Amino acid sequence: MNDQWETVIGLEIHTQLATKSKIFSGAATAYGAAPNTQACAVDLGLPGVLPVLNKEAVQLAVKFGMAIEAVVAPYSVFARKNYFYPDLPKGYQISQFELPIVGAGHLDIEVDGVSKRIGITRAHLEEDAGKSLHENFHGLTGIDLNRAGTPLLEIVSEPDMRSAKEAVAYMRKMHELVRYLGISDGNMQEGSFRCDANVSVRPKGQKEFGTRAEIKNINSFKFVEKAINHEIDRQIELIESGGKVIQETRLYDSVKDETRSMRSKEEANDYRYFPDPDLLPVIIDEEFKAQVKSALPELPQAKKQRFKQQYVLEEENATLLTSSRPLADYFETVIKESGCDAKLCANWVTGDLLGALNKAGLDITDTPVSHERLAGLLTRIADHSISGKIAKQVFEEMWQNAASADEIIAAKGLKQISDTGAIESIIDKIIAENPGQVEQYRSGKDKVFGFFVGQVMKEMQGKANPGEVNKMLQAKLNR
Amino acid sequence: MHTKTIAELAKGLRSGEFSSLELTQSFLNRIKQHPQLNCYITVTEEPALQAAKAADARLAQGNAELLTGIPIAQKDIFCTEGVKTTCGSKMLDNFIAPYNAATVEKFNKAGAVMLGKLNMDEFAMGSSNETSYYGAVKNPWDMTKVPGGSSGGSAAAVAARLTVCATGTDTGGSIRQPAALCGITGLKPTYGRVSRYGMIAYASSLDQGGPMARSAEDAAIMLQTMAGFDEKDSTSVDLPVPDYRQELNNRIEGLKIGLPKEFFSEGLNSDMASIIETAVDEYRKLGAQIIEISMPNLKLAIPAYYVIAPAECSANLSRFDGVRFGYRCENPVDLTDLYTRSRGEGFGKEVKRRILMGTYALSAGYYDAYYIKAQKVRRLISEDFKNALSRVDVIMGPVTPTTAFGIGEKIDNPIEMYLSDFYTIAINLAGVPAMSIPAGFAQGKPVGLQIIGNYFAEDRLLNIAHQYQQVTDWHLQIPKGFE
Repeated sequence: MNDQWETVIGLEIHTQLATKSKIFSGAATAYGAAPNTQACAVDLGLPGVLPVLNKEAVQLAVKFGMAIEAVVAPYSVFARKNYFYPDLPKGYQISQFELPIVGAGHLDIEVDGVSKRIGITRAHLEEDAGKSLHENFHGLTGIDLNRAGTPLLEIVSEPDMRSAKEAVAYMRKMHELVRYLGISDGNMQEGSFRCDANVSVRPKGQKEFGTRAEIKNINSFKFVEKAINHEIDRQIELIESGGKVIQETRLYDSVKDETRSMRSKEEANDYRYFPDPDLLPVIIDEEFKAQVKSALPELPQAKKQRFKQQYVLEEENATLLTSSRPLADYFETVIKESGCDAKLCANWVTGDLLGALNKAGLDITDTPVSHERLAGLLTRIADHSISGKIAKQVFEEMWQNAASADEIIAAKGLKQISDTGAIESIIDKIIAENPGQVEQYRSGKDKVFGFFVGQVMKEMQGKANPGEVNKMLQAKLNR
Repeated sequence: MHTKTIAELAKGLRSGEFSSLELTQSFLNRIKQHPQLNCYITVTEEPALQAAKAADARLAQGNAELLTGIPIAQKDIFCTEGVKTTCGSKMLDNFIAPYNAATVEKFNKAGAVMLGKLNMDEFAMGSSNETSYYGAVKNPWDMTKVPGGSSGGSAAAVAARLTVCATGTDTGGSIRQPAALCGITGLKPTYGRVSRYGMIAYASSLDQGGPMARSAEDAAIMLQTMAGFDEKDSTSVDLPVPDYRQELNNRIEGLKIGLPKEFFSEGLNSDMASIIETAVDEYRKLGAQIIEISMPNLKLAIPAYYVIAPAECSANLSRFDGVRFGYRCENPVDLTDLYTRSRGEGFGKEVKRRILMGTYALSAGYYDAYYIKAQKVRRLISEDFKNALSRVDVIMGPVTPTTAFGIGEKIDNPIEMYLSDFYTIAINLAGVPAMSIPAGFAQGKPVGLQIIGNYFAEDRLLNIAHQYQQVTDWHLQIPKGFE
C-alpha cells in the first residue's frame, strides 16, 4: 500500500432483526420457505392493505441504541423511499429518513492491540425487499417475496475507519454485539448481516475527504477486507495516473476479486422521501426505555472486565471467552456445575474444547461435549481421580460418544491409583531392576529421576497419582 | 318499498310485510330498469339473493341486527373478496381482491345485502365522475349533468333509489359534493373514525370512508356499523363509538352556528347563497344562534391540497406496476417497457396528471418549497378550524359553488374543476367531520347545506341534520322517473 495516501471508510451495516413476524405484517420471517409462501396481502402490496408496526422490532432497535450508548429518539418517523423494482411490491420501501429511531452512538474496536472508538451516526428501522431470481426462468425473472417486509436495522457509521483491517474489526465487533444482544442471528450466508462500504482516499495530511465510491452488499468479513483493499488500490492507481474518482455505486465480484460500477451519481435515484401517512410517529417514553433496559444483557466489554476480575483471567482468555455470548455462558456454566477453579475451566474451554470445535468447524452452540459433561470431567481432575494427561484421553472419547467422564473412566479403568502400597511395590521392583541408574542418581545425576518416574508410570499404565510417585521415589532413592 | 328509509324497512322486515329476498329482488329490478344512469360497475345479483335468503333466516331466528336484510351498495374503491374491485380504473379491470375491506366486512357481518359495486372517478380522483374508465355517471335530477365525484355512482344510486344506501369515500369532498349535487345525505367522518383497511388509497392522510343515505337517521345507522378502531389501520383512532341514534332527537336550542365570511364571498352563485341563508334561517327558528366568523387561511386550502394529495397518491399508486396484479401491457420487451406501458395504458389522464404533480412536488430541490410548505399551510388551516370550533358548535356553509354542472363542461379544464371543491377540501386537511344535507333546489337541481363539526362530534352533526330533516322535506324528494 502506498504510504502517501490515507484511506477513509464508513460502513452501512444492514442487520436483520430476530422478530417472529415481519415489521409491518403478521407473516413469518423464517428463512428458507418455498417462494412466496411467507408473504401475506400486506407483503404483496395488494390494493387497500395497510402496514402495522411490529412493536418487537422497535424494542430490538431500542436495545441496540442503548448498547451503543446512543440517544434513543423519543419521536421517530417512518418515511417512504420511492423507487420501482419488481421485488419491491409497493414501489416504495418503508424506511426512516429524517428522524431515525437511534441517534449518534459509538463502538470501540481493537486493531493490533490499539483501541479505537468508531462513531455511529444513526441506526434506523426499515423493511427488506423481496428477491429477484434470474436462474431457471428462461429469459424471465422470478420474484420471491418471502423476504419482503423482514425488519432490518441499518447502522450507519461515521467515516472513522482508516484501513480495511479497521473496517473488518468494526464489522466483527458489530456482528458480535447484535448477536450478544439477541437482536439478530447474524447469519451472513442467509443475508441477515451484510454491509455497504463507502471508501475514499486522500493525500496524507489533507483535511477534505476524497470522492467516495460505495461498494454494495458485501456479506462476509473476508470479502469486506478484499473489496475495500481492491477499491483502495483502484482509486490510488486512478488518481496517480491522472484520473479522477467519481461518486458511484460499485459491486464487488468475489469470484474475480474486483469491484465494478453499478451506477453513477447522475444515474442515482431521487428517492423522494416523505413521511409515510399510513403510520403514526413512533413515540418512545421513559417507561418503554426502562423496560428495554431491564432486559438488556451484560455487554461484551463489561463481561470481559468482570471475567478478568472475578475469575482472575488474563486479557487473552477473557477476550476469547467473551467473544460470543453462548461461549461465555458455557464457560460460566462449567464453573458452576464443576465447582472447579476458574483457571482450570478457562484452560479447558479455550484449549481443548475450542481447539476441537475449530478443527471440526463447529460453533459452541453445536458442541458435542455439553457443559454438564465437561464439568463432569473437570471434577475428576480436581479430585485427582485422573491426571491431566488421562483427562485429555477421556475428552477425546467424550467427543466421539455421549458417555459421561465417569462412565468412560470406569469402562476403561482409567482411574488414577493413589494406593501407596501398590505404587511402593512397583517402585521397589523398578529400583531393583535398574541398579546402574540408581548408582548414577545417587552420584548426583538428578536428571535420571525422570527415568524412574517414567518407568513407574509406564508400568502402571499412566494411572498412578504422579504426586505420590514423586514423593515415594524421592524417599526411596535418597535413602 | 324503494322509498322507505332503513328504519322503516327494518320494521317491515320484522312485521313480515316483505322479506329481504323480495326487497332485494325489487332493487335488483330497479337497477335493471335504469341502466342509463351508469351507477353500477358490477351488480352482484346471485350473491345478493343468497345474502337476502340468509338475512331472512336470521330475521326468522330473531338474532337480526338493524341492517340485516337491508340492500346496500359499495363504492368500487372498497375491496370485496371474490368480486371485482376496479376503483374506476382500467388498471384494476381484472382485479379480484382476496379479502374484504374492513367496512365491507362489517356490513356483511351485520347482514346487509350487497347489491353491487358503484361507479366512481378513477382512483377517486375527480369531482364529476367523468374520469371513470367505465364512463360518466349521470345525475338522476338531470341526465345532462354530472352527479359529482368521486362517489358519483353512490350518490346517483341512492338518489334514484337504486339502493337503500351506499358507502362513499371522501378525500377532498368526494362524499359531500356528490351528495349535494344529487340531493342526498352524506357524512365524512373525522379522519381515523372509520378504518381505511381495504379501501384503495388515494391520499392516505385525507381519505375517509363514510355513509351516503336518504336521511341523517339512515346515515347514523350506517355509521354505527362503519365506525370504530381497527388494529389493521394504524391511523384509526381507539375511541369508543357513541350510539349515533340516541342523540338524534335532542333539541338544538342554543346551538351556536358559525358562518365563515370566506364561504359567502363573490365565488358563490346568488341562488345558492339564498338557499343556504334560508336553511340557516330554519335553524334560527329551531333556536340556534348565528355567529359570523372568519377563517383567513381557507383560501390556501386548494393549493395545499393539490400538493399533499398528489404527493401521497404518487407513492400510493406505485404498486400498480403490472408485476403482480392489475393491468399488464402486451409483450413487454424489458422491465422499463413493462412499467411504462402498463402504467401508461392502465391509468387515465387525471390520475397521470396527479401522479406527475405529486412526483414533482416530492422531487429533490422542490420538496421543501412544496411538500413542507403545504404541510405548514395544513397546520394553519387546522388551527383555523380549532379556533372557530372553540367559539361555535358547528360551522355551516355551502358544499358547492353551483348546482350540478354539465357533463363535459369542466373535464378539459382541470383548474376550474379543482376550484369547485373550495368548500369541502379544507375540512379534509383539518380532519374534522362534515355533512352535506339537502337544503333546496335551484332550477330544479339539488343544493346541499354543509355542516362541519369538531373532531369526533359525528353524533352532534347527525342530531343537527336530523332536526332540520324533521321540519323540512328536501331529503324526501325523488327525481322524476325514479318515483
